[in-house]
Amino acid sequence: MELSLASRTVAEHTVLEVGGEVDVYTAPRLRERLVELVDAGARNVVVDLGGVEFLDSTGLGVLVGAMKRLRVANGRFGLVCSKEPLLKIFRITALDQVFPIYPTIEAATEDGDGSGPAS
Amino acid sequence: MATVRLSFSPAPVHVRTARLVGVAVARRAGVAEELLDEVRLAIGEACTRAVALHNQYGLPDLVTVEMSDSDSYAVRVIDHAPIEASVGLAKLPPDELADESLTDEALTTGVGFALLAGFVDDLEVRPVEDGPGTQVRMVWPVQRR
Repeated sequence: MELSLASRTVAEHTVLEVGGEVDVYTAPRLRERLVELVDAGARNVVVDLGGVEFLDSTGLGVLVGAMKRLRVANGRFGLVCSKEPLLKIFRITALDQVFPIYPTIEAATEDGDGSGPAS
Repeated sequence: MATVRLSFSPAPVHVRTARLVGVAVARRAGVAEELLDEVRLAIGEACTRAVALHNQYGLPDLVTVEMSDSDSYAVRVIDHAPIEASVGLAKLPPDELADESLTDEALTTGVGFALLAGFVDDLEVRPVEDGPGTQVRMVWPVQRR
């Protein structure tokens, strides 16, 4: 399935819903959209991976790039993901120690200090 | 002997095609259903790496994917970039992943290798026998013959 991107505002957070396949071909569009959101002033960005069917290293690189961009701008970045195959990708790459990953959008937007989900 | 062989010009858009073919042949070969996501990801990473190397060196040569199902399911992804380019494969520790000085390319390469090494038990990266280039060989067990 092709990449789909839709953004909305939830509790003062910009939520970007991503769907389909994020790979070496489609990742540049995801990067573009994230850059646009930050350039437009978004500082609390949550990327919802609920609709993602495939995610590769290029996609992961784009997410890390967005997190760095927001860090420089004193913003916050989080991911919403509850699918085990995707969570395994984050564990294997050790990126689960880099991103705050939340099970739901509610959990991501309620986490005031961006410290990640309570364990 | 290869049962299916696919060659494609080094463009990102074709990596998805390689993944789809690789998974279709894996399924037909008898690779367990629960391994297919890993097969899809690993073939994608190996092809992404090959495409990136060809683009980095301005090589128009085709990237080749050979799928063979003789005793197990073996996939070889072959590029034609200079060998020294392949040496930069290294898994990155977590504290370096978010480091500001790490370039996007280095990050993606390191993460791509971590995924290959993490998802493929039987993985081999070595020079091709004739001319410049590297082959990434990945093997998965099959359930029925």
